[in-house]
Amino acid sequence: MNKNISLACGNGGEENNELTSKVFYKAFKNEILQRNEDAAIIHNGELAFSTDSFTVSPLFFSGADIGKLAICGTCNDLAMMGAQPKYLTCSVIIEEGFETSKLEKIVQSMKKELEVNGAIVVSGDTKVVPRGSVDKIFINTTGVGEVLKHGISSNNITEDDLIVVNRDIGCHGATIFVAREGIEMSSALESDCESLFPQVKALIDADIKITAMRDATRGGVSAVLNEWAKQSNICIEVDEDKIPVSDEVSGICEILGFEASTLANEGTFVLAIKKEDADKAVEILKTFANGSRATIIGKVTNIHLQKVILNSTWGTKRFLDTPSGELLPRIC
Amino acid sequence: MGLELKNLYDNFRDGDTIKAYAKIIKEDAKKLKNPINIMEVCGGHTHTIMKYGIPQLLPQNIKFIHGPGCPVCIMPKERIDHAYVLSMQENVILVTLGDMIKVPGSNGSLQDARAKGADVRFVYSPMDCIKIANDNPDKTVIFFAIGFETTTPMTAVLLDTVIKKGISNILFHINHVTVPEAMRALIDSGDDNAKNNIDAFLGPSHVSVISGSKIYEEFPRDYNIPVVVAGFEPVDVMQSISMLVKQFIQNRCELEVEYKRLVNYDGNIKAQDLVQMYFQKASAFKWRGLGNIANSGLKLRNEYKEYDAESIFKNVLPLEEIQDHKLCICGDILRGMATPLECTIFGTACKPTSPIGSCMVSSEGACAAYYKYGNLI
Amino acid sequence: MCLSIPSKVVKIDKEANIATVDTMGVQRDASLSLMEEEDIKIGDYVLLHIGFVMNKIDEVDALESIETYKEIIEAMNEEDRQNAILEDDECPNRGA
Repeated sequence: MNKNISLACGNGGEENNELTSKVFYKAFKNEILQRNEDAAIIHNGELAFSTDSFTVSPLFFSGADIGKLAICGTCNDLAMMGAQPKYLTCSVIIEEGFETSKLEKIVQSMKKELEVNGAIVVSGDTKVVPRGSVDKIFINTTGVGEVLKHGISSNNITEDDLIVVNRDIGCHGATIFVAREGIEMSSALESDCESLFPQVKALIDADIKITAMRDATRGGVSAVLNEWAKQSNICIEVDEDKIPVSDEVSGICEILGFEASTLANEGTFVLAIKKEDADKAVEILKTFANGSRATIIGKVTNIHLQKVILNSTWGTKRFLDTPSGELLPRIC
Repeated sequence: MGLELKNLYDNFRDGDTIKAYAKIIKEDAKKLKNPINIMEVCGGHTHTIMKYGIPQLLPQNIKFIHGPGCPVCIMPKERIDHAYVLSMQENVILVTLGDMIKVPGSNGSLQDARAKGADVRFVYSPMDCIKIANDNPDKTVIFFAIGFETTTPMTAVLLDTVIKKGISNILFHINHVTVPEAMRALIDSGDDNAKNNIDAFLGPSHVSVISGSKIYEEFPRDYNIPVVVAGFEPVDVMQSISMLVKQFIQNRCELEVEYKRLVNYDGNIKAQDLVQMYFQKASAFKWRGLGNIANSGLKLRNEYKEYDAESIFKNVLPLEEIQDHKLCICGDILRGMATPLECTIFGTACKPTSPIGSCMVSSEGACAAYYKYGNLI
Repeated sequence: MCLSIPSKVVKIDKEANIATVDTMGVQRDASLSLMEEEDIKIGDYVLLHIGFVMNKIDEVDALESIETYKEIIEAMNEEDRQNAILEDDECPNRGA
C-alpha cells in the first residue's frame, strides 16, 4: 500500500478494495463485515443496516442533487438486500458561508425521496466547519430496513443464474463528468439517480427467485460483476451487444475514452436471477418508467473463475477488468 | 446514399465485415512464404487490437509486435521528475493532459505530487490553460506538453495565442516527439546480435492526418518494410492487415493508405507550418525503454525562450540520467524480441497500478494490454 | 489515435474561429485554428482532437470504403451459400 492515500482509493475499484481490506477489514474483523454485501444483515436476519457518505460535486446536476442522492444511496443499499427502508439518520458537515437557500433545496429533495421509499429520518447531526475544511457540504446517511426476502447474497451466485440489468447504464457518471468544471459540453444527458425499492418490491411480490442484487455505483457495472465473480467464485460471461447504453452516454464515452461499464450509476442495478424466472423479472422491470431497456446481459460459467468475460458478436472474447485509477480522459 | 455520422462509427465496427476480412486474411495467409510480424506503432491501434480481440481472428503465421504506443508510455523518468519538481515550486500550477498524471518518476507520479499538496491539473485541451491562467493571475501555469505529431500543432496554437494575447503567466515544458525516428530506431538497432523482427508497419492513424503519409516513404524504399496507414476502428485494422498480407503474397513492398477518408500524402499543411514556426528539432530525446533517439524530440525555437519553463527553471531541474529498472525488458518487447509474458517482473512487481516500464505505464502499452486481456489473447 | 473522433459541424462562429460539433448527441466547441478559412462548412464531417478540428472527412472516400465492405460481405455470404449447397449435395442422408 502507498504511504499516502491517493484519489484513486475512493474510486470504488481496485485501489478502493485494497484500502478497505488492508486497513479497515483488517482492524474490524468480523463475519458480517467480511460477507461484503451492500448492506449488513443483522439481528437474526431480520434487519438490514447500511451507511454511505455523499461528497458529489457539483451539488446540483441534471436529474438530481446531493440530497436525492443521499437518500437513494442508502435506501438502495438496503433494497439490494431485499429489505424495505424504514429508518434513516442524516449527518451533515457544512462549510461556513454555504447558502441557506441551497441547503433548503437539498433537504426538500431528501424529503421527497424519503416518501418514495416509505422511510423517515429519525436522528441526525449538523456540523459547520470553517471555510475550506470541506467542499460546500458533505452528507452521511445511515439506514435500517426490514428484510422482506431472506437469503439474498452476492456469495451465492451459481450457474443456475442469469445476469440482468434494469436499464441503460452509465448515465450518472457521464452526467457528473460533463457537469464538472473543466469539460464543457451540452447534451440531453441526465443522471439515473432513482430509488430502487419500488422495483425490488415488485420483484419480491411476484415471487421472483432472486439470488443477488447490487446497485452499480462507483466502478459501475464492471465493478459489480467482478465483485460477484470473486465472492461467488464463478465466471460471468456477458454478451457485449446486450449491454444497454444510451446514445448520449456512448457519445461521452467516445469523446472521453471511457467504457460505459465503469461509469457510476445511482439508479441502475444488476441482478442474478434463477434461469426460469429471468424473463419474467425483465418484464416486470420494463413496466417501470426508465426500464424500457431492462434485459438479460449474461450468464454464469466456470471457464475462468473469478473473472468476467465479454463476448463479441464476431467470435472474440476479452476480460472485463475491475476498474482502477481515477476516471480520467484518455489522451494520446 | 448520403453519409451519416452513425456510418462513420457503425460501418467501421461492423461484426460481419470483421468476420469477412478474417476469412480473406486466413485464405491469403496460406500463401505466405514466411510468418510475418506486424508492428502497430501507435497505442490507439494496440487498444483496438486488444479490445476487439483481433489476434484471436488471425492465423498463426501473422503476429503483432506492439510498438512504442503512446507519448505517455515513452516519457522517461527524467522528464517526469522535471514535471514533479516544477509542480512543487511555489505559485506554480502544473497542467498536462490526462494519463500523464499516473506515470511514476523517481519520487512518484504527478498524482502523488498532488496528494502532497502540489497544484496539478489535467485538461482536455491545451487551450484550457488560458482560463486557468486568467483565473490565477498571481500564479504561473506551466503546460507540460506531450504528444506525437498529432498533438504538437495544438501546443503551437496555444503558444500562438499566448503571444498574440500577451498572456504573461503561461510557460511551456516541451516533450513532443516524432514517430518516424522511433520507427527507424526500432528496425535500425545496429546490433549484429539483435535480430529485428519487424516485417511490416501499421502506420499511425492520426499522426498521419497531420503529417501526411509522406513521412513513411523511407520504410518501403530504404528498408524493404511495407507500411499501410490504418484507421483505428477494427474494420480499418482488419482491412489494413489484409492489404499487408496481399503485398507479401504479391511480392510488393509499398506505402499504402487504408485510412483514405482522412489521410493523404501531404497532410495538414497549416498545422505543419504552425509547428515549424514555433518548434525546432532537439538533438535527441530519451524514449523510455528505447534509449536516446536522435532528432526525435522537439523544443521551442530560441526566439521563444522566454516561454520555456525548462530554461527558466534550469536551476531546480534535475539533470542526472536515470537508468531503467534492471529487470525491465521493455526495450526488447518493443523490438519484437520478447513478449510481456517473458518478463520476470510482469504481473508481479510491474502491474498497471505500480508500473515499472513503459509498456505497462499507459493502458495502451503492450504489457498493460497483456495484463488486462492476458489469457484470452 | 485516442480521443480523435468523427463529428458533424452544426454551427460556425467565424469571429472566434470556432465550430460547434455534434458527436452522437453530445455538442461541443472546437477550434478551427488548424484549418484554412472557408475549408469547413456546416454539415461537414470532421475529426476532432483535444478541442481542435484536425481535418475534414472525405465523404467520397468514406462511402467508397463502405461500398467495399458491402461487397466483401456479399462475397462471403455467396461463398457460404455455395458451400451449404455443396454440403447438402454430398449429404448421405438426403432422400432420392
